Order: sequence, then structure tokens, then C-alpha cells
Amino acid sequence: MSELRLPSIDYAALAPILIMLGAALLGVLVEAFVPRRLRNAVQLGLALVAMLAAIVMVILNADDRLITIGGAIAIDGPTLFLQGAILVLAVMALLLVGDRTVERGGAFVAHAAVTAESAEDRRQAEGVGGATEVYPLMSFAIGGMLIFVAANDLLTMFVALEVFSLPLYLLCALARRRRLLSQEAALKYFMLGAYASAFFLFGVALIYGFTSGIPGRTAGVDFATVHAAVTESPSSPVLLFAGMALLAIGLLFKAAAAPFHVWTPDVYQGAPTPITGFMAACTKVAAFGALLRVFHVAFAGASWDFTPVLGAIAVLTMLVGAVLAVTQTDIKRLLAYSSIANAGYLLVGVLAPSREGLSGTMFYLAAYGFSVLAAFAVVTLVRDADGEATHLSRWAGLGRRSPFFAAIFTFILLAFAGIPLTSGFTSKFAVFGPALEANQAWLVIAGVLTSMVLAFPYLRVVVMMWLSEPGESTPTVTVPGALTSAALVIGVLATLVLGVVPGPLLDLTTGAAEFVR
Amino acid sequence: MVEQILTIAQSEPAEAVTFATADGMLGSVWLLVAIPLVSAAILLLLGKRADRWGHWLGVGAIGAAFVLGLTYFFQLRGLENKQVELSLWDFIAVGGLRVDFGLLFDPLAAVFVLLITGVGFLIHLYAVEYMAHDAGRRLFFAYFNLFVAAMLLLVLGNNYVMLYFGWEGVGLASYLLISFWYGRPSAATAGKKAFLMNRVGDAGLAIGIFIMFAMLGTTQYDEVFNGVGSLTSTTVLVLGLLLLLGAAGKSGQFPLQAWLPDAMEGPTPVSALIHAATMVTAGVYLIARSNAIFSANETLQLVVVSVGALTLLMGCIIGAAKDDIKRVLAWSTVSQIGYMFLGVGLGGAAYALAIVHLLAHGFFKANMFLGAGSVMHGMNDQVDIRRFGGLSKYMKVTWLTFMMGWLAIIGMFPFSGYFSKEPIIVAAFEREGWTAWLFGMAALLGAGLTAFYMTRLFVLTFHGPKRWTEDIEHPHESPKLMTIPLILLAIGSVGAGFLLATSVPDWLTATNGLGAESGEHAPVLAHWLLTALSLLVTVLGAGLAWFLFRGGTATEPQPAGVVVTAARRNLYTDAFNEAVFEKPGIFLTRALVFLDNRGVDGLVNGLAAAVGGGSGRLRRLQTGFVRSYATSILTGALLVVAAFLAVQAGWLA
Repeated sequence: MSELRLPSIDYAALAPILIMLGAALLGVLVEAFVPRRLRNAVQLGLALVAMLAAIVMVILNADDRLITIGGAIAIDGPTLFLQGAILVLAVMALLLVGDRTVERGGAFVAHAAVTAESAEDRRQAEGVGGATEVYPLMSFAIGGMLIFVAANDLLTMFVALEVFSLPLYLLCALARRRRLLSQEAALKYFMLGAYASAFFLFGVALIYGFTSGIPGRTAGVDFATVHAAVTESPSSPVLLFAGMALLAIGLLFKAAAAPFHVWTPDVYQGAPTPITGFMAACTKVAAFGALLRVFHVAFAGASWDFTPVLGAIAVLTMLVGAVLAVTQTDIKRLLAYSSIANAGYLLVGVLAPSREGLSGTMFYLAAYGFSVLAAFAVVTLVRDADGEATHLSRWAGLGRRSPFFAAIFTFILLAFAGIPLTSGFTSKFAVFGPALEANQAWLVIAGVLTSMVLAFPYLRVVVMMWLSEPGESTPTVTVPGALTSAALVIGVLATLVLGVVPGPLLDLTTGAAEFVR
Repeated sequence: MVEQILTIAQSEPAEAVTFATADGMLGSVWLLVAIPLVSAAILLLLGKRADRWGHWLGVGAIGAAFVLGLTYFFQLRGLENKQVELSLWDFIAVGGLRVDFGLLFDPLAAVFVLLITGVGFLIHLYAVEYMAHDAGRRLFFAYFNLFVAAMLLLVLGNNYVMLYFGWEGVGLASYLLISFWYGRPSAATAGKKAFLMNRVGDAGLAIGIFIMFAMLGTTQYDEVFNGVGSLTSTTVLVLGLLLLLGAAGKSGQFPLQAWLPDAMEGPTPVSALIHAATMVTAGVYLIARSNAIFSANETLQLVVVSVGALTLLMGCIIGAAKDDIKRVLAWSTVSQIGYMFLGVGLGGAAYALAIVHLLAHGFFKANMFLGAGSVMHGMNDQVDIRRFGGLSKYMKVTWLTFMMGWLAIIGMFPFSGYFSKEPIIVAAFEREGWTAWLFGMAALLGAGLTAFYMTRLFVLTFHGPKRWTEDIEHPHESPKLMTIPLILLAIGSVGAGFLLATSVPDWLTATNGLGAESGEHAPVLAHWLLTALSLLVTVLGAGLAWFLFRGGTATEPQPAGVVVTAARRNLYTDAFNEAVFEKPGIFLTRALVFLDNRGVDGLVNGLAAAVGGGSGRLRRLQTGFVRSYATSILTGALLVVAAFLAVQAGWLA
């Protein structure tokens, strides 16, 4: 029996992950030992400090290009950029989560176990401080996402997938108002998420089978082995393609690509709005980070085979997102379908196998994350006595009531519509350009056409806000607290700056656009 | 005169495009875009606080831009290389992609700047009074300034992406301004229609720009024009057709013409500035700017000429059957832009002729639209020309200024239309072979029809018996702030044509490609004969209309023959659009919504609902069941796995 050797571990390179997971564990202890009235401040401070520390570590690690902890984690350009993006967007989301002035007590339920619609539930909805468990849950989720984009083998990736999914399922159920809708959303997300995870796991098993039998290599699910197996394995390619398909399904589910998008509108609508923003921004980054790594590193040799299938999925996703967005009447569902369509555009970037394609996709992820968080930040502000007024008819005339916030929301919608001088235009440009160079003109044409369609629902909202008289039921816009304002300012500024001078970030993504193998 | 233009045009040989760097005074050319933009931002952000003085800020911003534009214009005149480029910053620079955030000020851009800010200033001034009683006047001026900024960006950009920025910007502003009177359902519908039809065109333009990227690796004007020679003729054709689609969408040309007349639901100053003088000519600008692409392929030029000729006739025929004063003017805009497309399609020296007509049209059409606004102002917003008549006695200034516009548009000597339209007709006759007759006769026939329907409009509005509705007792002339712009524009309608026709072609030779002439052809008919013919059809058309309508007309719709009925219904183009585009679109949406809501087992639920009955059960269909979602995911998964295996088996790849 050979001696057990510990793999070498580069703790500095893993620091961002360790910090987030450590902060999450500390947060659990805080829940147990810190008095209730102090908990919110302590938890918020702890999470914020941890995220900022993790961002600092990512910046310090900026030049790392290594594989560590026995080949389980790869720290390279894309990992670091995506980790940084997740953390920065998570800070914005945390600011929204932590805000307790927009709604008394915050957006979260005080006691998740209280029966919905009961008298006790109505009492807690009046303004008892919300549950503080959301902070450690968020920290766990972020930790999982950081591992997810760095995973260098399929099993690590699967574990990370579960680590960030489970807290998200819980977070979805914690809305203070409309709790039935929220709980329903969480249950749906959980069941369908588990279902998709099963596909992923089954895919891992098939791929493992496929890698066995290569001369001079042991079977395994690390990306280097899979990469080698794609060209060298003597096993039946059926294993490879079935495995690849099942893996893709698991990832496309998280990315909300059609036809695996069905959960998105319900969950986005039911979840507490800050969490919806968190999912729309950070989960998207994580899911596409993993897709990029799996298809650009592990299956790079099979790109001729997966491109047509993923391309068809991309077109279908854009079409479903854009067309169904037209008929939505609820702002959160509208944003959900817009997020689906954006997943389609991102897939176009994934299918451009060049350095520019990778760089453009990463740029898109960051730019979209800023805009979508800002959009959901505005959604949290438009309220009436029953909480957020999300039905679109209620937004009519908002421009007359609160021109400032309506102008901000208009700007964000124009960014989604891809109007030039916003990040929406530059990011579409950054993914369509490389796709065209990679001879994927059909994807670009579908992208341009659907984005023309998609502009319509956005502009309909704009017109509704500005060119309608405010009615009896037009809600007022709550003046945001410092935290929400900060998130909003970051999101809007980023959308503007990335639209006008995208150069620096594009340089950064281009510099980072190379995987280690 | 045309001979003179042609000889001047010929003297400049075509060569590789090089732009000089803008320095000195011209280094601040970005101010042209920035000033109206800042003004728009101030008006939007200050909200109600700016209600009292906001409109004057709007007017002042455009006035300042005009003065600046004039200064730059004179600066440019003194330069050796009259194409100066100002690169502000690298907008996008990744790997092979480089897009400059830069401006190009050259003779073509300069004349557009003067048109946009000059005519724009007068219309802004007019709007101060016209919108005086509207609660949203400040907002109106904010959108108006936004429009001017976007339009200036469109003509000043030094690459196609910048042009696209302006293109989207003017589209947005136009949409907001058409639906400005949101209270009217027709205004909201018109806004949507304009938006959707423009989107079709925009998609063409966007794909065209991406093709440039893929084939040439750049969108900078100079690099694209120098690189066109290396493309295959099919690529040039496809690229040109896509650009043409964009141009047709923005300029209301066939087959995307239907939105423009509906856009008249917006306030009249909007119709005058955006939907007559400036934005709708953006398509002409695009083709003139891309002359290197369009001149490189004869089929492409033939398509452009055909679109122009067809649209100009369509516009005339439909315009002759309409009774709404603004719609008649709108269809005449469609038709006049058809002339411009005809001009840019003919290529060579005719590019400059089209630009001359565009500038002259900007004056006389803005003049007539503002005149129409003035009439509506005095007649309780009545727009039906069957309900006017005899207004010449009551609105002297409007009558006289409108008369100048009318004489200009029908091309009567010596008004501006004569100097700008007649050369295009002659140029059409200069094509080779039978197409000279086809397009020449179309242009000539168009001139006659234009004279007919414009005279009908003029006579029914200002002369003949009064046919007013009961509520009007004594129509009043509009206040000074409205009549002064009218008078200035009328002077332009009289004098601008001669001045422009003698100076602009010479001036434009410095813009690349606009001076190039591919060899002169003699017209198939003698030049003097064509001039005489075009004046003759004009007099005939006008005379016929005078004879028919001097005694007024019925105030109710009359039964009509096949041609008139078709013309009243826009030659059935709306019906065609509905059948071909709208219905399938609605069906597709419904189908997708059905699939999405019901999921795969919707059919089962549907049966259950039918058996069980009750609205509660039906409503439950709308909520998503996890099981139907899971089924849909499973179906998708099976399809994806099957597709992968099919690829592997070689069925798809």
C-alpha cells in the first residue's frame, strides 16, 4: 500500500473562496451567540468585510495562473475575472439585501416558519426585523459560485453547484410579503434544480466511463483527462455525446436557457427582489463561467459537434425570451424573460471559440450584472401599502410622479434594449463580433433580430412611465436608503461608463481570456 | 446649368480616401452634439422647476449650435483637405476590432449640420408658441433637443457604428415625439407602427455593419471605402441591400413607407422637423455617404433607382386621394424623398443633385408643414381640407408663405424646386438604354402628379367657398412667433434653390465620391426639351387641379372608382403588411405563449378543465405546475441528447 501523500495546496490562491466560506461559518455562529438587536448590523458588516477582503485577494492574485489542491481548482485569468465579477456584483446585491429603510425590517420574513397568511404572519409583516440568516446563506452561495467558476474537474464542479444552489433555494422562500408565492417559487426551484442536478451527475458518470481505457492514463473527470479523451479515447463516442448533452443540460438550467428556462419567470417573480437581482447577476456569471470552462477546456476538441446543438439552443432561447417578454404584464416576469433572452446572447459568445469570444462573453456577464441589479433595485423602490407594485399597469405615469427614478429606470431599459452609449450596446457588440469572425453569422442574425423584438417591451414600459397620466393606483417611489442608493449608483454608473468607455474593461477581459489546462 | 455642374464634378478624379486631423477651431466640433444634449439633460432632470424658461433654453441651444455650425463651415472652406476627422477616444478596441469614437466634418456633413440646426432653430422658435398651451412643453423641448443631438451625431460620425448611434437616437426621439399626445389612441398606435417598421430597417443596417466587420475588419468610413474594391460583387450587393433596407426604413421608402404618414399624429413642429426636413432624409445621407459601396455595383444602383421611382409615384398617387392636410404633406414627403433616392441611385454627379434637392426640400417642406400648423391653429385643430376654403383673406401671412412652398414643391420657375428637381429628371433621362425612358418618364409623370395634388391642397385650403364647421366664426392669423419662422422659410423656398444648385455641387466635390463622375451621357431627349416638358406637365397638373377644385369640393367622402379607392387605402399596402407580417407575428406569439403557459401536459389539463368546468380550474391552467415544467425540461433534455447523438452519427453535421 502506497503512502498517502497530501496534495499541495496554494492557500493564497484559494483565499477568496476560503474567506467567503469562513465568513459564512462565522455568520452561523453569530446567529447563535449575538443578541438579536445587534445581529443585523454584525452580520451585514461581517459579510461586507468578507466580500471586500475576497475582492482584495482576487486583485492580489491577479497574475496567478496555476492548478492547485490536487488538480481540483484552476486559478487562471477567467477564474479570477469571474470571481471578481461575482464578488463585486454580490456586494451590490448585499447592499440591496441589507437595506431596511425601504421596507421596515427589510425585504425578508422575520420567521420563515410562521404559517403564511395567518394573523401572526400579518403581524410580522408590519415591520419586525427580517431574518438575519440571509447573510450566511448568501456567503455560502457566493463561496459556492467562486468554486464553481474555478472547478477543474467535474466532481468539484458538481459539489460547488450544490453548495451555491441549496442556499439559493432557501433564500427564494424568505420574502416578507406574498409569502405563498415566494414559498411556491422556492419549492419549484428546488425540485427542478434537483432534477437538473441529476442530469448533470449522470453526465459526469458517462464522461467518466468514456475516459477509461486511454493508454497511459487513468480514467478521471478532470478537464485535462476529458480533453485528452475527446481525441484519444477508444470508448464509444456515444458515451461522450450523451455525457456532454447531460452536462450541458445541468449547466443550461442554471443559465436559464430554453427549454430549461421554465422555472425562471416563476422564481424571479416569487423570490424577494434583492435575491432575484442576486440570481440574475451572480448565478448567471457562475453558470456561464462553468459553461465556458467545460466547453472551451474539456470539450474543446469536439467543438464541431456541440456548436450546432448549442447554437440551436441559443437561437431558441433568444426567441423564447424576446417573444414572451412582449406579452408580460409583471415587471419582474418581464425582467425574467429578458434575462432568458440575454442567456441566448451569452451563448452566442460561448460559441465563438476565440480569445475575443471568451473576452466578450466575460465583458457581457459583468456589464449585464450591473444593469440587471440596478433594474431590480428600482423595482424594490416602487411600492404601495402592500409592498412592491410589480404589475406593469401600476407603473403608468411614474415619470410624472418621480421623474428622477423613472429616468434612471428608463436608462437601464434602454441599456437592455441595446441602445448605443449604454453597456447593453457594447456588450452585444463584444459577443456578436467574435461570433461573426467564427463564421456563426446565423447566430448573429438571430441575435440582432431578436434584440430588435426585445426592444419593444422595454420601450413599452418607457412610454407607459412617461406618456401616461398617473392614476389613483400609481404607486409612489420610496426614497431609497443609503445602501440601496449606493447599489443603484454603482449599477447605473457602470452601465453608463461601460457604454461610453468600455476600453479598460475590455482590455482587462482580453488580458484574462486564457484558460490554464 | 447641369452641364456646368457636371464639368465641375468631373475635374476631381477619384482616389484613396484620406481624412485630415481636425485641429484649431475645428477641434471643438464635438460641441455641436454636446450642446443640445446637455440642454436636453437639463430639461429632463430639472423637472417642473424648468417649466417657466425651459423652452427658451431649448431654442437657445439650437441657436448656439447653428452659430457654431456656421463658424465651422467657414473654417472648413479655408482648408486644403476639406475632410477633417476628430478622434475623441477608442470606443471599442479588442483584438482585431477597433471602433473609434470620432467625428468627421466634411462638406457633406457641413451642409447637413447647417440644415439641421438652421431649419431646426426656426422650428424650435415656432414650437414655443405652438406648444404654449400644452402642459408638457418643457418635456417636448427636451425630446426635441435630444432629437437634434442624435441627428447631428448621425451626420457627424466618422464610422458606421457612430452613424448607428445617431440612427437609434433619432428613432427613439421620433418614437417619443410621435406618441407625445399619448391621450389619443391613434398617436400611440402610430408611435408603435413607426417603431416596428423602423426596427426592420435598423436590423438591416445593424447586420450590414456586422458584415462590414466580418469582411473588412473595420467600420471607419475611410477604411471601408478604400476596402470596397477588394470585396466580391455579391458581398457588395448584399451589404448594399442591407444598408438600403435601413435607409428605406428611416426614410419611409417602399416597402417600409407606411409608418411615415401615420407619424403625423405627433405635434406639427415634429412633423416639420423630423418627418419632413431632417430625420427622414437620413436614408439619403446614408446612401450618399456610402457612395463608394453603391457605385461599386450596378445591380445595387438599379435597385435604389427602382425603389426611388416606385415610391415617388406611390406617394403622388396616394397623396392625391387624401383629405387630411398633414397626410397629404406626408405622402408628398414620401414622394419627394423618392426623387432623392432616384438621384442617389443614379450615381455619379446625381449624388450632389439629390443632396441639393434634400436641402431645398428641407426648406419648403418645413415651410408648408408649419403653414399647415398655422392653419390648424386658427381652425380649432381641424385637419380636413374639405372643411377649409377661402382662408386667404383671413390668414394673409400663412397664405403667402404657403404659396411660396407650393410653387417651390411643384417645381415652378424660378422657385427652389425648379432648380433642384428638374436636374434630377434630366439625370434620369441620361441613363443608358430603355431604363432612361422608364425612370425618366416616371420622374416626369411624378412632377405632373405633384403639381396636381399640391395645387388641390392649396386651392381647397386657401381659396374657393368656405366649408368650415359650425364652431368656427372668424379664423385668426397666428402670432408673430409663428409667422416669423414661416416668412424666413418662405424666403428660403424662393431663393434657396438657385443658390444651392449653383454652389452645393461644387462644394460637395471635396467629399469623397460625391464629385466623381463616371462619364457623361447625353440625355435621350434634348435638354431644353426636357426642361420645357417638365414645366409643361407642372402647368398642366396644376391647371387641372385649379379647374377641378376652384369651386370647392363636397364635405363628405364621395363614391369613387377603383384607382381612387385604392389610393385612399394607401394602395392596399397596409392590408398587405397586416396579412404578411402582423398576422403570422401574432400567431407565433400566441403559439409560444400557449406552449409556455400550458406546458407539455397542458392538453391533459385542458381536457380536465373541459370536463370539470368552472373558472377556477381554468385559471389554474395559467399558474405553472412543477410537473409540466419538469416534463418540458425532460422533453428538452431528450431532444438535446438526441441532437448530440444525431450529430455524432453524422446526420446533422
